[in-house]
Amino acid sequence: MEREKNRSKLLTRRALLLAGVQGALAAALAGRLYQLQVLQADRYGMLADQNRIGLRLIAPRRGRILDRFGAPLADNRPTYRVVLVPEQTPDIDAMLDAVAALISLSDADRRRVLRDARRNHSFVPVAVRENLDWEEMARIEVNTLELPGVSIEQGLTRDYPYGATASPLLGYVAAVSEQDLGGDPVLELPDFHLGKSGIEKQYDLDLRGEAGTSEVEVNAFGRVVRELNRDEGEPGRDAVLAIDMALQDFATRRCAGESSAACVLLDAWTGEALALVSTPGYDPSGFVTGLSQEQWLALQSDPLRPLNDKAIAGVYAPGSTFKPMVALAALDSGALTPDTHITCPGYFELGDALFHCWKKGGHGTLVLREAIKHSCDVFFFETARRLGIDPIAAMARRFGLGNATGIDLPGEAAGLIPTTDWKLATTGVKWQPGETISAGIGQSYVAVTPLQLCVMAARLVTNRAVMPRLLREDGIMTPGAAATAGAADFDALGIPAAHLDLVLDGMMAVVNEPGGTAYAARITDPGLAMGGKSGTSQVRRITEAEREHGLRKPTELPWQDRDHALFIAFAPVGAPRYVCATIVEHGGETGGGGSAVAAPICRDVLREAQKRDPARRVPDHPFAIAAAEKS
Amino acid sequence: MAERDTADFGGGNTPVGGKLWSLNWGLVLLVTVIAGVGFAMLYSAANGSWQPWAERQAIRFAVAAIVMIAVALIDLRFWLRFAYVFYGVVFVLLVGVEIRGAVGMGAQRWIDLGFIQLQPSELMKIALVLALARYFHGLSLEEVGKPWRLVVPAALTLVPAALVLKQPDLGTALMLVLGGAAMLYLVGVRWWMFAFVTAAGGGAVPLVWHHLRDYQRARIASFLDPESDPLGAGYHALQSKIAIGSGGVFGKGFMAGTQAHLSFLPAKQTDFIFTMLAEEFGLVGGLVLLALYLLVLAYGFAIAFRSRNNFGRLLALGITVNFFLYVFINIAMVTGLLPVVGVPLPLVSFGGTAMLTIMFGFGILLGVYVHRDTRIGRFGDSEG
Repeated sequence: MEREKNRSKLLTRRALLLAGVQGALAAALAGRLYQLQVLQADRYGMLADQNRIGLRLIAPRRGRILDRFGAPLADNRPTYRVVLVPEQTPDIDAMLDAVAALISLSDADRRRVLRDARRNHSFVPVAVRENLDWEEMARIEVNTLELPGVSIEQGLTRDYPYGATASPLLGYVAAVSEQDLGGDPVLELPDFHLGKSGIEKQYDLDLRGEAGTSEVEVNAFGRVVRELNRDEGEPGRDAVLAIDMALQDFATRRCAGESSAACVLLDAWTGEALALVSTPGYDPSGFVTGLSQEQWLALQSDPLRPLNDKAIAGVYAPGSTFKPMVALAALDSGALTPDTHITCPGYFELGDALFHCWKKGGHGTLVLREAIKHSCDVFFFETARRLGIDPIAAMARRFGLGNATGIDLPGEAAGLIPTTDWKLATTGVKWQPGETISAGIGQSYVAVTPLQLCVMAARLVTNRAVMPRLLREDGIMTPGAAATAGAADFDALGIPAAHLDLVLDGMMAVVNEPGGTAYAARITDPGLAMGGKSGTSQVRRITEAEREHGLRKPTELPWQDRDHALFIAFAPVGAPRYVCATIVEHGGETGGGGSAVAAPICRDVLREAQKRDPARRVPDHPFAIAAAEKS
Repeated sequence: MAERDTADFGGGNTPVGGKLWSLNWGLVLLVTVIAGVGFAMLYSAANGSWQPWAERQAIRFAVAAIVMIAVALIDLRFWLRFAYVFYGVVFVLLVGVEIRGAVGMGAQRWIDLGFIQLQPSELMKIALVLALARYFHGLSLEEVGKPWRLVVPAALTLVPAALVLKQPDLGTALMLVLGGAAMLYLVGVRWWMFAFVTAAGGGAVPLVWHHLRDYQRARIASFLDPESDPLGAGYHALQSKIAIGSGGVFGKGFMAGTQAHLSFLPAKQTDFIFTMLAEEFGLVGGLVLLALYLLVLAYGFAIAFRSRNNFGRLLALGITVNFFLYVFINIAMVTGLLPVVGVPLPLVSFGGTAMLTIMFGFGILLGVYVHRDTRIGRFGDSEG
């Protein structure tokens, strides 16, 4: 019994000790809970929030592009697609059969759906088919009760209601490529599109807007359980262009008659581009949905360069449209007075070289006004010889040639106005006197864009350093709002008014006096008459042999060797408001010169512009101020 | 003698009605309260639904409670007599899962009996307590002091532990070894013996490590540095800590725990249910549950001390220690103090066999209480 008692005492002692150990361990647990839930509660609370809160981006609605009267040139159109949530669909194969009975579904679509359904979490919707038309969408919607897990998802896609008419001016949006990434996280959204060219690219950031965010609670598998917070973001702002779509459309149709042409119509006093046409264009909607490799190659290798905006990026020798620059430079330097007489025998000799006038027999003796009217080459050969290239280049630069005009479009070309320094620096060869003679009629190295020619015309009629622009002065804004006094903002060019009046009078005579090179293209409507200057620029050199055997007709030459046809014009004569420059590459279908092919386009566009008179149709427009200044 | 007939062969001297009356109803109430906490957490785990866990758990608890009371009424001498038999049967079952066990969660743990998936390893915890209590009941202190007397209890403990480890179930193996060691300590095995065995065990660590499965090694490695691989093996431990820590002092509210409900928490209805409780009810909730468990332990020790027979005392202490091990290992595991080894929180975690085992244990504990004054001779006969 004593032994039994000892055993019992030991057991009790050890049991109490064990209880003590257990108590201590329990206290350790309590301490651990205190440590986690009190001392480190903030840290773990934060980690918990990071765990459960996911941030989703909401693509902002892209701003529209409107013309000056609010007509949408680029808009957003709802698109519909069928999606299927695998976990809500008992039998995907059977469901696809049911869907295929309602809308067309290719085998490739079916394979893709089955593959995606296998790969993704079962709660992730799988796109069954994109771009449903309205009828297909309705067919699915009506039958949704029999199609568990199948639903219609709505998205937005870019829509260009005028198709190719406003291209390549508007440009297009397309899927984000690798090199576009960086910066804005919205670019990483799977079906986000951004501006790739034209206005869409130029004002992409404004049009794009700011992405919204949706704070969602997600579980460990990434399934969204509910939305905690939503910030709609900032929809893109609308871009209101100076373009008058009616005129753009008119000019485009007018140019479309020629194989490849560009036409720029500016408000001379504000620099607003009312029409900026480059034909042929392309259908921008193709880029939105994505082009096939063949389509892309076809566009790129097309000799008519539809992707190229010839109005701002096409570079041409200006030909005779350059003559006003030479005239002004000569008047400015005193090399020429209004009464200086120069005789044209049909050719011009410089050393051993012979330069021909376009008129074989020559023009006889002329003064400046007549020389412009008849576009006498010899007159300007001689003038250029007297001047040298540098004063001509200086004058051309004052009129905006040789530099990008700074219009709000990507990809503008600068053109080229050569100087003696330029030639030496670039080629290492001295400027040759003969090159000055060629430059006097806008050949040689002289190269301009149609937009530059149009700006030159605007500066001729306003005597101001007019700058062209596409966006209304009031910018990315609401349509119809008052423009500020645009004309007053341009610096004066400081050309003596008498010089300009003389040149403009000569240009008036070109069109409106019998014998003028573009007399056939005059506007007969009272008060709408235009003045202008034609130009026909050589693409290839005419050899002496060809001259001896008689010039071949342009239509006998290969298309790409024919001369370009150019024309610059202003209207109305007396109080010019609109200026227009047109180039028809290689003389178009008929292979005609500037006065024959380009002038009629300018005539029709200026006539239409004056009839519509978009500049004056905008309320509170500063034209009245500008007109008062002029008179 | 007619009385004995009606009260079956284990009936002892008290009629059934009297025995029922003499049950420790305070402990029964306590156990029910803790189980009730479990129902509530399972209800929450199912996002406010009795399906699929809370209702089944409640039914199991009701069945297990009947088993518990039935067991409590069985005379201790019955257990003494059949302790080795019981151990033997469970051991055979344990070997059975090695042969034709179902494979689940990468671990062979169940024998599918059709109506219940039996986990012999859980039952082994009770069987081991019974067998060790039976073995030491008849040994004097002097005999315990002889090392060769410890060969049998060491084998009783380590052989099933090794089998369980091979399943592989690290948690249960750990519990068997620690439970067995506690029993040996209680009966008076000398300190230096434990020191010797621990040292020997320490030497065996590389051997054990060699036999561990990859996922077990990964769990131990991730326990040592859970943040090193937060999406891999450390995921459970880290997510559990995040959930508990973010609960703060008062918790996020019933059914408002974000981590558990958003599935960041694995096995939230089983091994990690304490995490959910600590997330939803905070430090306060965690401490209250811990206090309830400590109260159970206090009952266990009190019952042990009031028992007047050695067998009963050893049983009561063994069961209490086992219960404590459940609680400690589980909470230490979910709070990141121990590796994730897979031990359920007793009475609260969803699971049939564990519930049955624990309630069976409480039945024996209550039986010790009911039969506290029964005198049991060295070889199971009644002593005068």
